[in-house]
Amino acid sequence: MSLPKPLPLSFQRWNALWDVLVRLARNRTGLIALAIVTFYVFIGIFAPFIAPYDPSQTDLSARLSPPSATHWFGTDSIGRDILTRTIWGARVSLVVGITTVLLTALAGMLLGMFGGYFRGWFDKLTARLTELLQAFPDLIFAIGMMAFLGPGLGNLIVALFLKGWVEFYRLSRGETLVQATREYVEAARALGHSHLHILFSEILPNIFPSILVLATLRVGYFMVLEASLSFLGVGIPPTIPAWGSMISEGRNVLFLAWWVSTIPGLALLVLVLTINLLGEALREVLDPRLKERV
Amino acid sequence: MKLVKILERLLSAIPVALGVALLAFFSMRLLPGDPVEIMLGDTQASQAELDALRRELGLDQPLHLQLWDFFTGLLRGDLGTSIVQRQDVVEILATTLPATIELTLATLVVAVLIAVPVGILSAVRQGSWLDRLVLSGALLGVSMPAFWFGLLLILLFAVELRWLPTSGQMDPAIDLHRITGFLLLDSLLAWNWQAFLSALKHLLLPAFTLGIVFSAVLARVIRSSMVEVLRMEYLTAARAKGVPEWQVILKHAFRNALIPAVTVTGLHLGELLGGNMIVETIFSWPGLGRLVVSSIFAKDYVVVQAAVMLYAITYVLANLLVDILYTVLNPKVEL
Repeated sequence: MSLPKPLPLSFQRWNALWDVLVRLARNRTGLIALAIVTFYVFIGIFAPFIAPYDPSQTDLSARLSPPSATHWFGTDSIGRDILTRTIWGARVSLVVGITTVLLTALAGMLLGMFGGYFRGWFDKLTARLTELLQAFPDLIFAIGMMAFLGPGLGNLIVALFLKGWVEFYRLSRGETLVQATREYVEAARALGHSHLHILFSEILPNIFPSILVLATLRVGYFMVLEASLSFLGVGIPPTIPAWGSMISEGRNVLFLAWWVSTIPGLALLVLVLTINLLGEALREVLDPRLKERV
Repeated sequence: MKLVKILERLLSAIPVALGVALLAFFSMRLLPGDPVEIMLGDTQASQAELDALRRELGLDQPLHLQLWDFFTGLLRGDLGTSIVQRQDVVEILATTLPATIELTLATLVVAVLIAVPVGILSAVRQGSWLDRLVLSGALLGVSMPAFWFGLLLILLFAVELRWLPTSGQMDPAIDLHRITGFLLLDSLLAWNWQAFLSALKHLLLPAFTLGIVFSAVLARVIRSSMVEVLRMEYLTAARAKGVPEWQVILKHAFRNALIPAVTVTGLHLGELLGGNMIVETIFSWPGLGRLVVSSIFAKDYVVVQAAVMLYAITYVLANLLVDILYTVLNPKVEL
């Protein structure tokens, strides 16, 4: 497959996504990051077949047993296998991270593109709303929301979504504002293309790379937020194995068993770090000129 | 001239503050479920008790009257009464706020003490092992879940090494008269060294938890702005005049590299406040963050509402302060 030589990459054709993957695989950091993320996704999907035990199976005779041949990462205070629960926990993090990013990216992108292109009262209204939402630090907003919504996977995604779209909105709006003044947009207008055609076939391909990079970085960010909320007990209900709540359980037995919170935390750190590396690699691959700007 | 601009900027924060208050007001009333039933959820409350609480919170009034009461209350500095602690919310907030401010300031001190020398050194020695360490450290810092990092520090310094206490703000056996609520300051005022040492020891772990994570980000910002400044010709001119190298770097270069660092610190304040909430919970630090978390579990919505509002206003004010500081540091920037 021959790569289009002039950089940066354009998203005029949608199979450009494939080109991105190929380029990522040729970037050393990108390849390693892709491999690790794929590993996590694989483990998350096939958790029931990979995990050695049942995630909620308790064994009171083996409470807080240290890492051993039977329990590689030890057990928690009611004898559940840490390795098993860590494997299952990947599901929650991946589902929350990816779903929230897809929803926030879609909403923020649409609002931002329409706002930046058409301007008008609707744009002004959204801009005011984002100003208001930005007055709240992310975690505090999410905690406040969860206080009223109550714990649960769906509620958690809603709480993260309600403020999370702002980042995508600001990025897409700003980029659309710039693109809308470019000559190619004027040309498309002169050719008699509709506004929708211009927005989605002309402007979107040009702003998509930056949205893609932001989306990648946000996956890791939402995972940390989810874990923080679950850690505080306002995120995922304790019946579902999630890294945040596992770390929180381990906190109570910190003096007796270091492994209970260390292992799930390490799993989270490695995944988030890898995703952030992937974002950096993506940025390099999509537009090598950006590399110089720190 | 400049004063007018600052005033304008201050006035522009008012609609945001109003919006925050409105959002706090409606969050309790418009979300699914009856807040009163949720608050009394665990206890099988009778209809009379439900009605009594509803009346106490003013929830039996029509919405526009509730809104009126809420805003006139705000103007009078009345945020309501905690239904769990049976205490004025403003009083509760006032007792927790000093602890949070103390922790935030300590965090900034830790972050600056680490980030400034490390950032400058890695910019001066670009490409060295230190430089590479700073760049990877910054990525690690961004990815690190603060609450887990805090637990690791407890595990190492409190459980294994037993150097520092795991939680609290001071040894409860020490009797200290609280004047300002800032324990370090209070113990100094009382000339009580034992109290001062105890307060300092308790402060170290939470401040380092937040400070190290933030210093990773800050060091990277300082590095990249220093790299840019170090290319400037006026530094060559200074060297040609015979100014010693350390003075060139510290006085001439660093001063100008400071602006982005200040901005990032301000912008990061929101995350710092959010992180406070988690780290305060981990270390049982009696501040605003722990209050919010414990109030959520106690279903004390009046306190949650007020504290979240306070967080938002603090955040807005901090951003404002950064904008103003920005113009002071760089006279070329207009507000």
